[in-house]
Amino acid sequence: MRHLLSTKDVSRDEAIAILDIAEDMADVAHREVKKLPTLRGKTVVNLFFEDSTRTRVSFEVAAKRLSADVINFSAKGSSVSKGESLKDTAQTLAAMGADAVVIRHGASGAPRVLADSGWIDAGIVNAGDGTHEHPTQALLDAFTIRKRLHGAGSRGRGLDGVSVAIVGDILHSRVARSNLWLLTTLGATVQLVAPATLLPVSTAGWPATVTYDLDAAIDAGPDVVMMLRIQAERMNAAFFPNAREYSKQWGLDDERVGRLPAASIVMHPGPMNRGLEISSGAADSAQSTVLEQVANGVSIRMAVLYHLLSGTTEA
Amino acid sequence: MTARHVLQQADITRALTRISHEILESNRGSAGLVILGIPTRGVTIATRLGAILNSIEPGTVSVGALDVTMYRDDLSRNPTRAPSPTNIPDGGIDGKTVVLVDDVLYSGRTIRSALDALNDLGRPRAVRLAVLVDRGHRELPIRADFVGKNLPTSTSERIMVRLSEIDGVDEVTIE
Repeated sequence: MRHLLSTKDVSRDEAIAILDIAEDMADVAHREVKKLPTLRGKTVVNLFFEDSTRTRVSFEVAAKRLSADVINFSAKGSSVSKGESLKDTAQTLAAMGADAVVIRHGASGAPRVLADSGWIDAGIVNAGDGTHEHPTQALLDAFTIRKRLHGAGSRGRGLDGVSVAIVGDILHSRVARSNLWLLTTLGATVQLVAPATLLPVSTAGWPATVTYDLDAAIDAGPDVVMMLRIQAERMNAAFFPNAREYSKQWGLDDERVGRLPAASIVMHPGPMNRGLEISSGAADSAQSTVLEQVANGVSIRMAVLYHLLSGTTEA
Repeated sequence: MTARHVLQQADITRALTRISHEILESNRGSAGLVILGIPTRGVTIATRLGAILNSIEPGTVSVGALDVTMYRDDLSRNPTRAPSPTNIPDGGIDGKTVVLVDDVLYSGRTIRSALDALNDLGRPRAVRLAVLVDRGHRELPIRADFVGKNLPTSTSERIMVRLSEIDGVDEVTIE
């Protein structure tokens, strides 16, 4: 694997291999010396054209734990705000000898352009592009689910037979798309729950069932309920009447959490809008994996960087 | 190419029993011993050594696994390797006598990686090395303290160690 652009390109074996490597990386976090010499001398550039806290910091921690050099580059305060194109930025980074570029961009497909253009000869990791994909988030979600369900016996296993309900703004969510491809590759069944206005025009060809009714989805007793953030920055049309209305119909409140089976888990990729798509009670309950997801994010990103940057690079 | 048998099951058992006695002799007992196997087959041998040691002097020897993949010096020359679990016994390795265990000692580079890995996990009182087969051709100033069998080989030969837990049969062959 040279780039990680989309979870659609990831085979079941590759996905399980990355999750297994992440298991080993997770152990590093519990050691006194939280560092491995594996990527010494490699340079990882975090190229962020959109705001991010946890993804950027997570990639930075991951790269540093593997002893890579990290350069953080955000569009604000760089020549991008002077109108520099993606091509020129990429070629500048190539001239400085970047081995991997972690890119977040507002335009869907920007990482693919970077990977296919030949502007830069580095491994490209998609850290979220527009409303397209966010593969490392899906991998860490799969890792979190697998760890909750199988515990210490997780290694080598997929998510066969696990039922997942993804709830909220499917239309704009790159997290939902990446998760849909990856979770089904791993053997899970996915149900999408959203208001009709926040679903894509067509979900034909998506390996998922679709419903508008959260209560029915909850009563079916899914193993995993994955809440999506209402992305205020992308709410440029009247997708729902108002926040209270949304919260009442599609928010995961305390009462709905109470109806879930005790073994079900509640996920959220963060940052959370408490009181909108998820109540504080749900977010802080024992069933919530929000903080585990953040901790697992570092392990997964270490595994991805290791997977892309170690080994011979095929020409 | 024909495979030549070098060690059979009984030879392997005898070698491991002798190594166990040598470990106890050089350590003057089993106090503070931690046996760490290097995956994959080193872990199996370490488990067997641990069982023999505990049967000679019951109780105190702990066994674990030490993965060295992330510390190798040839990561960028080979296809990506999948790491194996590292499992350090509860007492840790600080102040203990660690015996590293591997199946075949060849260039010595795996052991160098293992020493680096140990360095990040704690500070043992001493580190020893036990191997089932020493085939020579060292590329680093490393030698084993406990050796099952010295096998002079040419670099074109391959040493295959098969253990019943993994391969269904106990044998060492040259191919």
